[in-house]
Amino acid sequence: MLDASPTDETLLDVNNIEVIYNHVILVLKGVSLKVPKGGITALLGGNGAGKTTTLKAISNLLKSERGEVTKGTITYRGERVQDLLPSDLVKKGVVQVMEGRHCFEHLTVEENLLTGAYTRTASRGEIDADLNKVYDYFPRLKERRKSQAGYTSGGEQQMVAIGRALMSRPETILLDEPSMGLAPQLVEQIFNIVKSLNEAEGYTFLLAEQNTNVALRFAHYGYILESGRVVMDGLAADLRENPDVKEFYLGMSDEGRKSFRDVRSYRRRKRWLA
Amino acid sequence: MPDQLLFGMEVVLNGLMAGVLYALVALGFVLIYKASGIFNYAQGVMALFAAMTLVGIMEGNVPFSHLINAVFGTQVHHFGWQVPGIAAVALTMIVMVALAWVVNQLIFRHLVNQAPIILFMATIGLAYFLEGFGDVMWGSDIKKLDVGLPQGLNTVIDDLTYGLFGYGFFIDNLDIVATVVAALLVGSLVVFAQYSKQGRAMRAVADDHQAALSVGVSLNFIWVMVWSLAGFVALVAGIMWGTKSGVQFSLSLIALKALPVLMLGGFTSIPGAIVGGLIIGVGEKLFEFSVGTMVGGATENWFAYVLALIFLVFRPQGLFGEKIIERV
Repeated sequence: MLDASPTDETLLDVNNIEVIYNHVILVLKGVSLKVPKGGITALLGGNGAGKTTTLKAISNLLKSERGEVTKGTITYRGERVQDLLPSDLVKKGVVQVMEGRHCFEHLTVEENLLTGAYTRTASRGEIDADLNKVYDYFPRLKERRKSQAGYTSGGEQQMVAIGRALMSRPETILLDEPSMGLAPQLVEQIFNIVKSLNEAEGYTFLLAEQNTNVALRFAHYGYILESGRVVMDGLAADLRENPDVKEFYLGMSDEGRKSFRDVRSYRRRKRWLA
Repeated sequence: MPDQLLFGMEVVLNGLMAGVLYALVALGFVLIYKASGIFNYAQGVMALFAAMTLVGIMEGNVPFSHLINAVFGTQVHHFGWQVPGIAAVALTMIVMVALAWVVNQLIFRHLVNQAPIILFMATIGLAYFLEGFGDVMWGSDIKKLDVGLPQGLNTVIDDLTYGLFGYGFFIDNLDIVATVVAALLVGSLVVFAQYSKQGRAMRAVADDHQAALSVGVSLNFIWVMVWSLAGFVALVAGIMWGTKSGVQFSLSLIALKALPVLMLGGFTSIPGAIVGGLIIGVGEKLFEFSVGTMVGGATENWFAYVLALIFLVFRPQGLFGEKIIERV
């Protein structure tokens, strides 16, 4: 088993990026983050904070949504990657699992997984071996391999989406909102699999998640986004204990309900990363 | 055997052959629709354009000769050579692939993630542009196409049926060739879409552009591939129809015949296009033969559409179309 903790080596370095949609809508106003090799890094924040946009900026899926990175740099292993095609990035080992699962509905579960290996030139045997590995992690998918993905449950579709990404033999997986629309038990199950993929296989994860509670339990490091900016970052364990995070994202408070003035003071206390 | 029955059998056979030709056109629609969700209104014009190009190349005509002559005051019309059928077909295919590439580069690449209606509008624009472009390139006169396919009465069938029933069936050789070609084409397309890596990627792109992008499928490559395939199917359809009835504007209208075929067979099914084509081919011939005489004929113009309407009401995805997946 590999060491579960992240290494010092930075794989992905996002430096002060700004993203504009349709040439007018400024969505990210300077986001910086580092993803260390072998770690699970969480990107937290509410709706519209810019989590998905950040992931898509990295995986270069923004262009098909008329968004573009107008400032800042994104490097992977020290190499500038923001002008690459999504397929080039997949070949470099960065693959995104999109929010809302996005399975190929009319393809069977197995065909979905095989499509994940599209960029590879591996032999049929090698790909079959990887397919079996995915089935080991998600035994449920093996049972449903011949079903059309559109008819599988939400949890199964999330498994298909993650399994499909694994089939590209990635190094880093950008996982967008894996808990979306799933029952708490399933969320727990998915996160446990993510954790074991990280620990046993050494996959690096950048995880966008609204469910701060679960994400901080499984991640090593966390960034909190708010309206397009990183407002706080730290070790997951520290963030979990941070009174502001507790109150605003975990819904816990020692002092009962705070008044509006305190909320404002929280805003002033925020640490802004330029 | 009573004459009526024999004549009916001949009608069915001829209907099947006509159906194959409808199916050939429908197939082009299915391919593009499957891969990109685009209903390609230009498919019929593509068949016309392919046939025009084929004739032009075979006869050694200079493309854009009218334009060139008008601008430079020259009098060029022919290169002065003839290209044999097979070579001309290959050259035309190259032109169709180039067309696919240009169409993707100039239009559809920029319309990723747009609403289907916008994509549909783009294909309408493409259809009319291509029609005019074909005329400018090769002239708008009616052309005769003969790539050396066998034509005329098949004497073997005629003799055989005459010997058996005392009544010779009239089956055109060209229809037999079309049937064989269509069967081969469909067989290979089905195998390609179901079992090859690119075919699977094509279906994946059809389901979800973004997800396909996210796993590293190149949309541009898949689309150029699919438009080239559709161009190839258009070429085959153009050859068959062009040989049968000459290369002229009305060739592009065969696309309209393909619509009911698609509604019947399902927009997303390659075998559906064939079965739909056969049902409509046989159906309209039989209907004309049996009912047509009572209502004064010309039922072939509307029969297919009425059949398609009935299908739309009772089975909107067609006979073989993908079920519309809706989870609640």
